[in-house]
Amino acid sequence: MITPILFMLSTSFKEGAEVYSLTIFPEKPTLVNYLFILGESKFIIWTVNSLIIAVLSTFSVLFFDGLVGYTLAKFSFRGREIVFIAILSTLMIPTEMLIIPWYMMSRTFGWLDTYWGIAFPGLMTGFGTFLMRQFFMNLPDELIDAARMDGWSEFAIWLRIAMPLVIPALSALAIFHFLGNWTAFIWPLIVTNDPDLYTIPVGIASFNGEFQSDWEIVMTASCLATIPTLFVFIFLQKFIIKGIMLAGLKG
Amino acid sequence: MRPGIPGCSLSDKKMLSRFLERQTIGQKQALTAWLFLLIPILFYVIIRFYPTFEAFFVSTLKWNLLGKQKFIGFKNYIKLFEDEEFWLVLINTFKYALIGVPISLLFSFLIAYYLNEITFGHETIRALYFIPFLTTAVAMAWVWRWLYQPVPIGYFNIILSWFGIAQQPFLKSLDQALYSIMAPAVWAGLGFQIIIYLAGIRAIPQSHFEASSIDGAGRIQVLREIILPALRPTILFLVVISTIGFLRIFDQVYSMSADSAGGPLNSTKPLVLMIYEAAFDEFKMGYAAALTVVLFLILLVISLLQLSLMRRWTR
Amino acid sequence: MIRKSWFIAISGMFLIFSLASVGAVEIEYWQYTYKSRVEAIDKLIESFQAANPGITVKHTNFPYADYRKKVAIAVSAGDGPDIVQLYYGWLNDYRDSGLIQPLPKDAFPHDEIEDEFFGIVKSMKVKGEYWGLPTAVRSLALFYNKDLFSEAGISGPPETLDEFVATAKRLTKKDNAGNYLQIGFAVDTDGQDHHWWREVLNRLYGGKPYSSDGKKIAYNSSSGSQALKFVTDLEKTHQVGSNGFMNRGQDAFKAGKAGMVIDGSFRISTFNKQKDLNFGITELPGHNGNRFNFSSYWVNGISTKAKGEKYDAAVKFLKHLTSQNAMQIWLDTVGELPAKPKIALVDKNKKHPQFGPFIRGLAYANATSFIAEKPQRQSFIDAYDMVVLKDMSPSEALSKVAKKEQEVLDEFFEN
Repeated sequence: MITPILFMLSTSFKEGAEVYSLTIFPEKPTLVNYLFILGESKFIIWTVNSLIIAVLSTFSVLFFDGLVGYTLAKFSFRGREIVFIAILSTLMIPTEMLIIPWYMMSRTFGWLDTYWGIAFPGLMTGFGTFLMRQFFMNLPDELIDAARMDGWSEFAIWLRIAMPLVIPALSALAIFHFLGNWTAFIWPLIVTNDPDLYTIPVGIASFNGEFQSDWEIVMTASCLATIPTLFVFIFLQKFIIKGIMLAGLKG
Repeated sequence: MRPGIPGCSLSDKKMLSRFLERQTIGQKQALTAWLFLLIPILFYVIIRFYPTFEAFFVSTLKWNLLGKQKFIGFKNYIKLFEDEEFWLVLINTFKYALIGVPISLLFSFLIAYYLNEITFGHETIRALYFIPFLTTAVAMAWVWRWLYQPVPIGYFNIILSWFGIAQQPFLKSLDQALYSIMAPAVWAGLGFQIIIYLAGIRAIPQSHFEASSIDGAGRIQVLREIILPALRPTILFLVVISTIGFLRIFDQVYSMSADSAGGPLNSTKPLVLMIYEAAFDEFKMGYAAALTVVLFLILLVISLLQLSLMRRWTR
Repeated sequence: MIRKSWFIAISGMFLIFSLASVGAVEIEYWQYTYKSRVEAIDKLIESFQAANPGITVKHTNFPYADYRKKVAIAVSAGDGPDIVQLYYGWLNDYRDSGLIQPLPKDAFPHDEIEDEFFGIVKSMKVKGEYWGLPTAVRSLALFYNKDLFSEAGISGPPETLDEFVATAKRLTKKDNAGNYLQIGFAVDTDGQDHHWWREVLNRLYGGKPYSSDGKKIAYNSSSGSQALKFVTDLEKTHQVGSNGFMNRGQDAFKAGKAGMVIDGSFRISTFNKQKDLNFGITELPGHNGNRFNFSSYWVNGISTKAKGEKYDAAVKFLKHLTSQNAMQIWLDTVGELPAKPKIALVDKNKKHPQFGPFIRGLAYANATSFIAEKPQRQSFIDAYDMVVLKDMSPSEALSKVAKKEQEVLDEFFEN
């Protein structure tokens, strides 16, 4: 299952002809690839940029996708299905076809070369809305009705009662969305001109030339880029367990 | 209630609450729902629907991205349906989905089910399954291409030779290449599906299980009568999302196929890659938009079909 | 007398200052990010600004991946630079769409360009105007692994196609089951081999890839088939290599598992960086006493956005970028070949062990007038696969891909 990952890891410690032999243990392990990438002064800036954007947009997605998913699952109103299908349909257009309208939009509103410009397309997602809707559907209606009886406002019911009960799903969504932002390439590239605003994938791409891509560098960059996401994953997967305990108590 | 014009003297807040009081519960719910949906709908309309409609519009143009746009009606669509490559690509796209979706959903469910049972070290095991999803597709594609190489480099062929099985060309074959690319796509997506399944299984209220243990139900019975029914919304989600995912497959093909992307001889090229090439290698924006519209309609019809079929099953 | 000269000096200084402050013009230059290219342009900007105090040049660069998309989207939206570096094959689209303007004849007289630059630059002349000029050009050559050569007891690199096949055979090593342990020549249809076939092999067998006006395909001929047969025979008949062996030809060569590979001058630095790789470079093999080569280049064009004093500044900067001095800096920093024979074909460069073969190749090189490089490259890739994977005859394969490519050409020229 993880054999390919091990090859990736070991290649990042290789140099010379050894790169081209698929062995798990490098004969002469070397740190040159890491030093090469980390030696690029802007690498820290790129990491910070990626973090800021990924964290902000993940929180936005948790809030809005949670809210919309809940609304679509737990309220009955005319037009609910159409709203749901319409939001779901946003998953059906490849990003490549959207970047030109987005670019024009960013230009008009002055969002080029800003964090906001990089982040805005991902502030709400059809994926997350769908996921949350499905998980909220499992939530017993009695809980919500009881809270209504107690005079809770609808917003408070959602935020204080419903959301904590789907923490496993929220954690999963957080992982996916963080990851998606972390690896996004084409839009951050199109919307930024300033190397100080590059995200990690865009920054790493600048190591490659026209006909040039050194695999050991690709592997090393990939290893480096995986570390933060791995931490996020390890951190969040605990909540998948914790969330159940909460659900168990209340449900 | 006192008739007359709602008092201008009342504060807005009171007005609102009075207004709400007068609604039925259903109306109240609808109002709250639309209130909650207000900002998201604005967002989707501007950021998502408007560009989508623009794609519909561009599909009626001849436009090379740089120069003037020329309206040509449905010519792009006519050209598309006459394009042999389009039909081949369409078949490829469906192959990815028809084979990839069931296999990956079955595997991931089995793994998730057993992971849920294991208590010792399951966090580590889960992380192991998830790592492929965390790493970049380009790096993984390189490793997989190496694994598919002939002896003495490629591990898959080395393993085959231990069993005395003939060497396979994998990525270099017109028949095998598509499946050779599908394999890492399934592999990379397992982690994602396992997490969703696990979150779904874990969200089943404990009381359900307690009831069954009192009844003394067997494992298969618990699986069939408690876990699977409770997982319906989760499964529905995964079926729809995975189908969309496989029908939109791109990364693996782009970085793994031998020769050029989608090769050999277009045998691995999916629709999204064809869109990408039309748009950014040849700058045929109108043609790319027409392909996008076709992809959109296919995805929409299939998703609606799945949703309605699964709804029947859910009830 | 003294007073008068003082007056002139002071008024002259005043003039310079007022020009510098009043006429401070900033122009923007775009190219793709690659360390040595960025350094070279920075150097050139520095010397340019020192010579032209009233002008500053802002240098912006983006990763090569998707550079083309980025430039197209920005330039067509009006956000682009004043001078932009474009691959020569893309220029048609930009010119047709009115995004770049012709170079002024007074600053760049045509006879001077044709006199000073390599002949391949002529493909920048369309509708009686020049639309861009390169600083540097590239060509192809044969890289060979010296260690593998001496191990096989081969004295020197091949000079002709026949010698090439014989050499490749001697360099190939297989195990008992017939699996390649080492290949004689690294065929890589996704690399530079399509250029080799199109502009070199076609001509070596007496044909040419396209009609002289570039509107019709001419490789669909017996010479074209012979050329395709030559390439595909390397894998099919002579079995001196396999397309995609170790994924890419350059990887097989870097790993020391390929005796020879055809690649461009841009690859020199990559191979130099590779530890334990002892390689030599020689001109592409000839045939019947002829030699041909393929050349490509990046050009600097002035965008239609540059007007008035920005336009004047852009012209000046372009002059600077195509100066002899700039070309030598480019060769020394980036390792790409000067675009003018006067600088390229000096003894020092011609005899250079690494640049030499490429520079000598420039003398007999052609540049393809690409309409759209991607589908045109695909023609060769598909024809190769049809012959090797589907066992089709070269002529049948070529007639298939030629039909498809002709449609691309027709569509372009119809407008």
